[in-house]
Amino acid sequence: MSGFTISRRTMLAGSAMLLASTAMPDTGWAQTPKKGGRLVLAADSEPRNLNPAIVASNGVFFISSKIVETLAEASFDGKDGLAPRLALSWEGAADGLSVTFKLRDGVKWHDGKPFTSADVAFSALQIWKPLQNLGRTVFKDLAAVETPDDLTAVFKFAKPTPFQLIRNALPALSSVVPKHIYEVGKIEDNPANNAPIGTGPFKFAEYKAGQYYRLTKNADYWGKDEPYLDEIIYQVLPDRTSAASALEAEEIQLAAFSAVPLADLDRISKVPGLKVISKGYEGLTYQLVVEINHRRKELADLKVRQAIAHAIDKDFVVKTVFLGYATTATGPVPKNDPQFYTADVPTYPFDVAKANALLDEAGYKKGPDGKRFTLKLLPAPYFNETKQFGDYLRQALAAIGIDAQLVNNDSAAHIKAVYTDHAFDLAVGPPVFRGDPAISTTILVQSGIPDGVPFSNQGGYKNDALDALIAKASETLDTTARTDLYKEFQKEVAADLPLINVAEWSFISVARDTVGNIANNPRWAVSNWADTYLAG
Amino acid sequence: MTRALILLRRRLIGSIFVLLIVVIGTFLLLEAAPGDAVDAYIVSTGGDAGMIELLRHRWGLDQSELTRLANYLWALLHLDLGQSVTFSRPIRDVILERLPNTLLLMVSATALSFGLGSALGIYAGARPGSVRDRILSIGSLALYAIPGFWLGLVLIVVFAVDLRWLPIGGIEALASDKTGLDRAADIAIHLVLPVAALGFIYLALYLRMMRAGMAEVWRQDFVLAARAKGLSRRRIVLAHVARNALLPLVTMLGLQSAQMLGGSVVIESVFSVPGLGRLAQEAVAARDTPLLLGIILVSAVLVVVINLLVDIAYAFLDPRVGAGEANA
Repeated sequence: MSGFTISRRTMLAGSAMLLASTAMPDTGWAQTPKKGGRLVLAADSEPRNLNPAIVASNGVFFISSKIVETLAEASFDGKDGLAPRLALSWEGAADGLSVTFKLRDGVKWHDGKPFTSADVAFSALQIWKPLQNLGRTVFKDLAAVETPDDLTAVFKFAKPTPFQLIRNALPALSSVVPKHIYEVGKIEDNPANNAPIGTGPFKFAEYKAGQYYRLTKNADYWGKDEPYLDEIIYQVLPDRTSAASALEAEEIQLAAFSAVPLADLDRISKVPGLKVISKGYEGLTYQLVVEINHRRKELADLKVRQAIAHAIDKDFVVKTVFLGYATTATGPVPKNDPQFYTADVPTYPFDVAKANALLDEAGYKKGPDGKRFTLKLLPAPYFNETKQFGDYLRQALAAIGIDAQLVNNDSAAHIKAVYTDHAFDLAVGPPVFRGDPAISTTILVQSGIPDGVPFSNQGGYKNDALDALIAKASETLDTTARTDLYKEFQKEVAADLPLINVAEWSFISVARDTVGNIANNPRWAVSNWADTYLAG
Repeated sequence: MTRALILLRRRLIGSIFVLLIVVIGTFLLLEAAPGDAVDAYIVSTGGDAGMIELLRHRWGLDQSELTRLANYLWALLHLDLGQSVTFSRPIRDVILERLPNTLLLMVSATALSFGLGSALGIYAGARPGSVRDRILSIGSLALYAIPGFWLGLVLIVVFAVDLRWLPIGGIEALASDKTGLDRAADIAIHLVLPVAALGFIYLALYLRMMRAGMAEVWRQDFVLAARAKGLSRRRIVLAHVARNALLPLVTMLGLQSAQMLGGSVVIESVFSVPGLGRLAQEAVAARDTPLLLGIILVSAVLVVVINLLVDIAYAFLDPRVGAGEANA
């Protein structure tokens, strides 16, 4: 995994420096961490609920991961891609019915009370399993959490649950919140949801709606000498152009999650003192996917789906829509996933002639106006890139005689139209790969999901062989066997095309040269920033 | 005084109907928009069927539209604006937090556009057809044609990014301990660019109205009489022509207040000002119906009050608007 930084200084310093900077996990220039300072960064949204145990989403983690910690965090070099946080070790039983966590000693909550296994048991049983958006699926068979002592938590499952899945879910799904705060009253209404209390390197200090969030240093943090920063301020900048201006005006020092639009990166990378970093998001891969409504007679035909796949020039999409900040996709697991990805799947090289031939074969001949049939195309509005790809797809389909009519909605209307009303033929969606296909990937193609569930198979697709494969993988305990099943899953999806995977991308950070220890883990923007510092 | 009171009473009764229509209309419009607050929420979280059902129930979205409208109106009767789904806080608090910022922005921008606009209008209208008149007319037209957000972005690039004279946005310095005069000065500095962006757009309107009004008044007999009396040109311009040309501008001031509120949506986003306009935009995106209703209600009250004040001012400024007419 090589880093990727651009700044004028890097360019001037020559290739030797370039090599050195890309080889080091730390892309900062000043090498000795310095204590103190206030880091100001851009935030483009204001999550209503800051409790990451209830809402496991990047928008919430971005702020609350500094306050509330998980059992383990993703890591570039740790065993199984994990680094310990609140848990020091985790061990799965061979029968898949229990997982034992050994917890860190001497950890205190921000209010001074000690952190114990009771907090883990409470978070898992009272929050992750019944309330958390992702935990409701992954921890559905969690029956009990035994706490033989203050530093041991044993998760007991009612049905065998693959340890690999639990392990892969730890970075995003295992935020631990204090039992003594949450056991009083209704968890959803707890005031701590808006002013979180955790064990993390930073304490929640203040939120001014529409202006900023302020976090301050936790002097009692368990990490030695950490955190380095005194304060973190998230400045709310709703306008797409604000973050770049604020960076240039030196009002903020960091803009993560592509707050600076791709089109501005080239210009901003030439501003002295600013660096563009595309590393630190490997664990947050978004997939550009064409969702297909199989209720449409034409789209139920595999030949038509293959034709559409052949009509898309993925390299062109990566180059023009993503300006190179993406890679082409082959299937439902992204190429950068270290555990599950396989390249051994059917592929659909860009070939307009072949696409036209397939459509002819399927019996959809071109009419006198050069059109075969008309489709309704709904690009998701959440990202510039999904909208732009919608425009591209319309042109690509026109080239093979399919008349795609674009329907542009805002987010709420798009969610309703695609996932509840099924009022689409093709949609462009950005599902997230969360480190394990069972967390949020298999649901994209599995049948039998109720109407209204977002980011799931709402295209009426049903493939018994694929459903059986997904069911089998979900109860296979052996890591190698389970991984092999998901490789088979990728093959089957790429062959039958319930949806078409086009590209994979992640986010870009832009920072001042003075910000150190950026991008040193695969979920950096949503990790705890205990070692982040400001030089000079 | 009775004249103003009669006007006030008549306006208040009319306003209640206006506000009721605004509330019901907005509610129905939002209901017609596809997707509800839960749809908007799960965009960033995802979730299974059970969780979605739970949320709809918690936020009261499983009730029928009529029930919700009736509940809302009933609460409104008790002056309760309800609870925001987005902020999980009383809407009254959320709005009160933002209202001063929007008012500050609007009042300053209005003062800028009205004050500078009419002054320049007088300057241009004093000598119709002169070089300065033409330069001002063309200049103001150019300003009027510029979209607000673009003007805002240009101001940011020039004064905040390149020259670094002014902050790029926000209403005050982040997490500072400033109080009293220091804080007021800090807010004033933060307001310079947004006020300029919002004010300059409407400046042209007042300038051109003032100028056109003056050209009109110049031809009136009383101006000829004033000239025949041997008054100085300066006195004729200020005391006779400009004063009479000013009246339509006052009417415009009231009408423009609603436009200003609309314009502040864009300006508040570009300059990250935590105001009502930006809040309204967020409320629509989040399908936070009660919050949007609250904002629209407050805005409508604001516009009604401003127009009432303008009417009262008008009644005093122009003796021709008598009590008899106010009753008509």
